[in-house]
Amino acid sequence: MIRRWIRQNRGFAGALALFAGLFIAYNFLHPRGFSTAVLVQNSNEAVAIAFVAMAQTVPVLMGGLDLSVGAVMTMTSCVASALVSGTPLQIFVGIVLTLASGTAFGLMNGLIVVYGRIQPIIATLATGAIAIGIALLIRPQPGGEVDGDLGWALTNTIWDFADTYGLADGGNAAWLQPFVNIPVPLILLFGTAFLVWLPFKRTVTGRTIYAIGSAEGAAYMSGLPINRAKIAAFTLAGFFASCGGLYLAIQTSSGNADTVQAGAYTLNSIAAVVLGGTALLGGTGGVIASLVGALILRVISFYFRILDIDPLLQPLIEGMVLLAAVSIGAFRTLSVKNRLELFR
Amino acid sequence: MTAPIVELSGVSKHFAGIRALEGVDFACKPGSIHAILGENGAGKSTLIKIMAGVLKPDTGEMRLNGHIVTHASPSAAAEAGVVCMFQELSLIPDLSVADNISLARPPRRFGLIDGRAQIARAEELLARVRCEDVDPRAMLRELSLSRRQMVEIAKALGRNPKVLILDEATSALTARDVQTAYDLLGQLKDEGVSSLFISHRMHEVEALCDTLSVFRNGRHIETFAKGAKSDAEIVRLMIGRDVEAKFPAKPAAKAAEPVLKVQNLAWEDRLNGVTLSLGRGEILGIGGLDGQGQKELLLALFGVLKSVTGEVEIGGEKGLPASPVSAKGGKTRIALVPEDRKTEGLMLSLPIADNLVAAAFDKISRGPMINRSLVERVVADGIAALQIKLGSPGDPVSTLSGGNQQKVVISKWLMIAPDVILLNDPTRGIDVGTKQEIYRLMRSLADEGKAILFYSSDYSELIGCSDRVIVMYDGRIIRELTGDQITEQAIVSASLNISDAA
Repeated sequence: MIRRWIRQNRGFAGALALFAGLFIAYNFLHPRGFSTAVLVQNSNEAVAIAFVAMAQTVPVLMGGLDLSVGAVMTMTSCVASALVSGTPLQIFVGIVLTLASGTAFGLMNGLIVVYGRIQPIIATLATGAIAIGIALLIRPQPGGEVDGDLGWALTNTIWDFADTYGLADGGNAAWLQPFVNIPVPLILLFGTAFLVWLPFKRTVTGRTIYAIGSAEGAAYMSGLPINRAKIAAFTLAGFFASCGGLYLAIQTSSGNADTVQAGAYTLNSIAAVVLGGTALLGGTGGVIASLVGALILRVISFYFRILDIDPLLQPLIEGMVLLAAVSIGAFRTLSVKNRLELFR
Repeated sequence: MTAPIVELSGVSKHFAGIRALEGVDFACKPGSIHAILGENGAGKSTLIKIMAGVLKPDTGEMRLNGHIVTHASPSAAAEAGVVCMFQELSLIPDLSVADNISLARPPRRFGLIDGRAQIARAEELLARVRCEDVDPRAMLRELSLSRRQMVEIAKALGRNPKVLILDEATSALTARDVQTAYDLLGQLKDEGVSSLFISHRMHEVEALCDTLSVFRNGRHIETFAKGAKSDAEIVRLMIGRDVEAKFPAKPAAKAAEPVLKVQNLAWEDRLNGVTLSLGRGEILGIGGLDGQGQKELLLALFGVLKSVTGEVEIGGEKGLPASPVSAKGGKTRIALVPEDRKTEGLMLSLPIADNLVAAAFDKISRGPMINRSLVERVVADGIAALQIKLGSPGDPVSTLSGGNQQKVVISKWLMIAPDVILLNDPTRGIDVGTKQEIYRLMRSLADEGKAILFYSSDYSELIGCSDRVIVMYDGRIIRELTGDQITEQAIVSASLNISDAA
């Protein structure tokens, strides 16, 4: 069973192993390694890119690319910075509206790709600029106000969450004790991944996304709902990107229409997708794999803090490490004895 | 007289001004196995694509069980009970076998796909096609072509067809699977399911079908019961004229100077010590059951495989080519007409002309630049030499019929003036007329002094074309047949590795 899973998910299995190795070594090197404080800090820094990588994965599985995911994240973080504050009800409505704005933007991407018959890469290049434009309209200057309690509760451990809202005896209830040190951001991340992606993968629409990436002609001939799946893929990408934007706003308790940051997140999301083992041509991989890919990407940058490396050298080293990491996946081709298989 | 289950009346279809179907009336009765015969380009594929909802007819109407239907899409056709198995498999390589079998309408629980029920369903359907050895959890891409085709059959069965359309569905099957498919069609017939069967293998049609319809040039020529006409009459209906002898005459055997010598060739577990020699002007046929190392042998000689061991001498030089580039560019030039013309032989979306010159850029270049007038000349020569039927050389090669596509592949390789030609099942899935042209071409190339190594899954071809036949079994050559020894019985018994009864 396990052997078959590894054989069929070689990229993902390799990414998991790579992440485990890097993260454990990092904690050994860190002066305060294996502590809750380090884990909380690391998780917080990984959430936004992990959500954006998850967003990117869905169009990539169909053999497409969504260049607007970073911009949608930025746009939704600006929306959140304007709406997520006030009474608990207002905060709740603000969160829903934030997620809805990103999801609607993804839906628009999907409609343009399917009914406008425009290549995803070029359609989302254009809509990404639109998203940045909207973000700039909302936040010409960085600022805004996100509820402080919420920010504290969601970016720390479960104990802090319970303490902030006075739940479970302020976090001291006996049944909660095994979990108190788990960072809330990790729960949000994995919770969204498991509760949204895994059920979706088990629908005909989800299966069609894989089928399109693998053999679109065969998918059509088999009577699969191609258009519906394409629209759903971009909509889901918009949803995941808005989760990232919402979290970013809560974390920084403000919004910032940062064009450079949006572009960097988009490019890093593609790197994370590849690191997680999802094929850029589509058909194989998954959202959870990209989540792990994003974590790898983040761990690499954590190393710079504990190893005394000249900041000027950081991009150079980061690039080389990334290249080395994705090359691991290419070693497979060295053992192929029939060269024709390389082109399949 | 029962009412027809499918009935087409006055159906016409044109593509970019070219007539594909013209005023076709066609009917198929429930519980019959109905063969559709015709040369390439006769309109068979267009006909079934209309029935399957892939294409919309320009004029005319289609009735299913007496009701007029206009299938907007393949899913609507499947809904109505018309299930089609296409030549190009409609399977998804990156999904599991079970996923593929229940692809569009999986069993569900709480609205989500029920993986366990899906595997049980796959096991049941695979058992019906006697493929219990296929693991429903395996990825489709891990299966061989013949297994995939059986999965395709299982998938079609799972959709409870009323009309099952098989377009060359048995072309890649092993003998055992073909029998299974036959038995299944018989069962379905008893259950009242109609099958429409397109095949270029006459003996399959004879064994299986009860009704035959012949198409030619987009028209429905005639429909008759099996046995009402002789083979010769059927072929005459298909091509509209009498056919000359099927295979060109073989020259008297003569000792030829060997151009290719192979000793103890081995690769992975597929080739286990192949020894052969091939002379100039000789056609050497390779026989045997599917998957006994024939394809690997050809790929090895073309420089595609890595870590091949054994001694090889090509045109007096030792060693295998290191890659296809050196295979076609060496002192002794080698050409390979590959197994799958759609993926390995052609760049389907590129123009016919670009495909024709794809292997011979040195012939059409002046220095580093491609010379247009040279291109035009060699393309025109290539088209004329093989009588490729086309609209314009600038059209995508995908617009051609299967037989003409194969001619493009062969013509492309002839442009490099090869000394050794490797052919991997060059007539699979193409019509009688084109097959005969290819047989004649092979003989005339051999007469020009070229050496031809020729794998075929069709025994009659091996018998009709080859000067010598080697039969492979388990990566070895287990028998060599020459002259009168080349009989169907000898090839079949050698293929099964049993001693010749005769």
